[in-house]
Amino acid sequence: MLNSGVSVLFEGINFMRLLEGLFHTLRIALIAIVISIVMGIMIGMIRTSKNKFVQFPFKLYLELFRIIPILVWLFVIYYIVPVNFNVELSADMVALIVFSLWGTAELSDIVRGAIISLPKHQVESSIALGLSKFQMYRYVLLPQAAKRSIPPMINLITRMIKTTALLTMIGVVEVIKVGQQIIQLYNTQHPTVAFWIYGIIFFFYFCICFPLSRISRRLERKWAA
Amino acid sequence: MDWQYIIEVLPFYKTALWLTVKLAAIGILFATIVGLICSSIQYFKVKILDKLVQVYLEIARNTPLLIQLFFLYFGLPKVGITLSSEMCAIIGLTFLGGSYMAEAFRAGMEAVSKSQVESGKALGLSSFQLVRYVIFPQAFSYSVPAYGANCIFLIKETSVFSGIAILELTNTTKNLMGIYYKTNEALFMLVIGYLIILLPISLFLMWLERRVRYAEFGR
Amino acid sequence: MAPILEINGLVKKFGDRVVLDGIDLHVEQGKVIAILGPSGCGKSTFLRCINGLEEVQGGEIIFEGEDLTKTSKWREVRQKIGMVFQSYDLFPNMTVMENILLSPIKVQKRKREEVELQALELLERVGLADRANAYPRELSGGQKQRIAIVRALCTNPKMMLFDEVTASLDPEMVREVLEVIAQLAKQGMTMLIVTHEMNFAELVADEVVFMDKGKIHEKAPAKEFFANPQTQRAQQFINILKF
Repeated sequence: MLNSGVSVLFEGINFMRLLEGLFHTLRIALIAIVISIVMGIMIGMIRTSKNKFVQFPFKLYLELFRIIPILVWLFVIYYIVPVNFNVELSADMVALIVFSLWGTAELSDIVRGAIISLPKHQVESSIALGLSKFQMYRYVLLPQAAKRSIPPMINLITRMIKTTALLTMIGVVEVIKVGQQIIQLYNTQHPTVAFWIYGIIFFFYFCICFPLSRISRRLERKWAA
Repeated sequence: MDWQYIIEVLPFYKTALWLTVKLAAIGILFATIVGLICSSIQYFKVKILDKLVQVYLEIARNTPLLIQLFFLYFGLPKVGITLSSEMCAIIGLTFLGGSYMAEAFRAGMEAVSKSQVESGKALGLSSFQLVRYVIFPQAFSYSVPAYGANCIFLIKETSVFSGIAILELTNTTKNLMGIYYKTNEALFMLVIGYLIILLPISLFLMWLERRVRYAEFGR
Repeated sequence: MAPILEINGLVKKFGDRVVLDGIDLHVEQGKVIAILGPSGCGKSTFLRCINGLEEVQGGEIIFEGEDLTKTSKWREVRQKIGMVFQSYDLFPNMTVMENILLSPIKVQKRKREEVELQALELLERVGLADRANAYPRELSGGQKQRIAIVRALCTNPKMMLFDEVTASLDPEMVREVLEVIAQLAKQGMTMLIVTHEMNFAELVADEVVFMDKGKIHEKAPAKEFFANPQTQRAQQFINILKF
């Protein structure tokens, strides 16, 4: 009886549609990640300043994303913005906005952490050599900070990809939604199809996230000097 | 901001808040137990079991909670295993949380210096006694920051339960918004709800961290 | 009388690297043996093999007539062989007294009152009876090390192993620890002491064993060794240390 469900995966374009749904969310995540990296590096550098007035708003921003679950953020942006600001937002836009804001917040923290973890004498030697602040960042600090940022960054990317599953709750047509459509279609003929569809989606996410985790760990171990 | 409305729907939020806390607490408890067992297996390199634990950890950490829940709630009934939504929620949280806890505890145990363990061995302590008197108390202080972060993470993950129709905070809010359209008020209450749970825990954890750091290093 | 400890042809390897290359040593009861040698010669490893913290690949370790290389009952053996480490390693989550009582009560299953009496008496002898309820973090290095010695003594061992126990201490505290060890020697405890403290070794040890690169180069009564080292390596070693 179990077999009746598996065949659904191979029927027609079902598998392709599932993959399409998956790539749809991956695309959103990818754009959000690029935005986060660019903004995150800038804000990360700003946040290394010791000025309390500069620190406070950014710290608040970060903490908001740390305390409030991402799903809640998705709902907030999805419902509040159109209602209060008279703007039409597609579910995809909402997803992009929330993920970009989230990624930027976390990445700025990663970058800041990486920069301040650098030994002080790096800064002091650069100054002693006569480098300008810009040169110091460009040639000394950022390359080393980049190395320290990469494992946590990959960790963030992995978490983001896992979180794309939540997008189904605001109506984005991603892999879970597609899966549910397929289930509805085939449920009467193949009663166990739900088991297989959710199973394969489970497997998809694992196949994407597992290699990323392995890479992150290998890099961490390699650079653990 | 329609305060009248807020007062009217307060009971719903109270119920939702309570359910969220209950599910989170049970999930955290079981996740802690699973984590302790798994980290001990890994630390003592128990043959065969430690490979199984590794597989479990990879699967649990590389798949979203929502999918785990859907699989449990919608998929399993098709092969004859039907669980209530609350059971699924707790199993899911335990499955996911256990892997995070295992990592936190293992790091804590490995942070206990080798010579401490050797001193204990030289005194004739058995493996169990070593864990109980030497490794665990010290691993505990090292694990507190990671453990706390995991608890907060798991509490936030309860929002995902809305996907399987559990009336925790997020789902309740979604439904209320569907019925009354008071989106600002509803979402305001939602955020307050999470703050009520998470702020005290954050503060408690900061205090706890400071205290165990003092106990370890006298600073 | 048979020696309390007999080591024959001990071989220890880390992977392919031979760290102990056929060590022979006989220790009679009540004797104090100082083990000297340059860093990396294997003296700490040697000590750790005796109480089973390191596995051996060849040879025998016969303690009180039993070959330890073939035993699986290390917990019992370790109650009879006390070991004190360079890093003292008092358990930070317990008070001094709790540290001392742990093994006698939990492993040897002795009665609390009896062990407490013994513990207090030992603490008196090292001058730390008033610190019985302190936590390790409140104590100095020298105090911690003296308590580590008391902790090992409370299991009533037949032999004590000391692994560079003063190497991590500030110079002012080295003396107080060495005094405790000298006292134990006078009371007839069989001891193997790995140390860099040459003067101490000369005064307290009955016999000196000089090791280099995993082998024993010279074995002699202490006074003879320092007055007249036979091998070239030993001569070099002592000369380097005499400023």
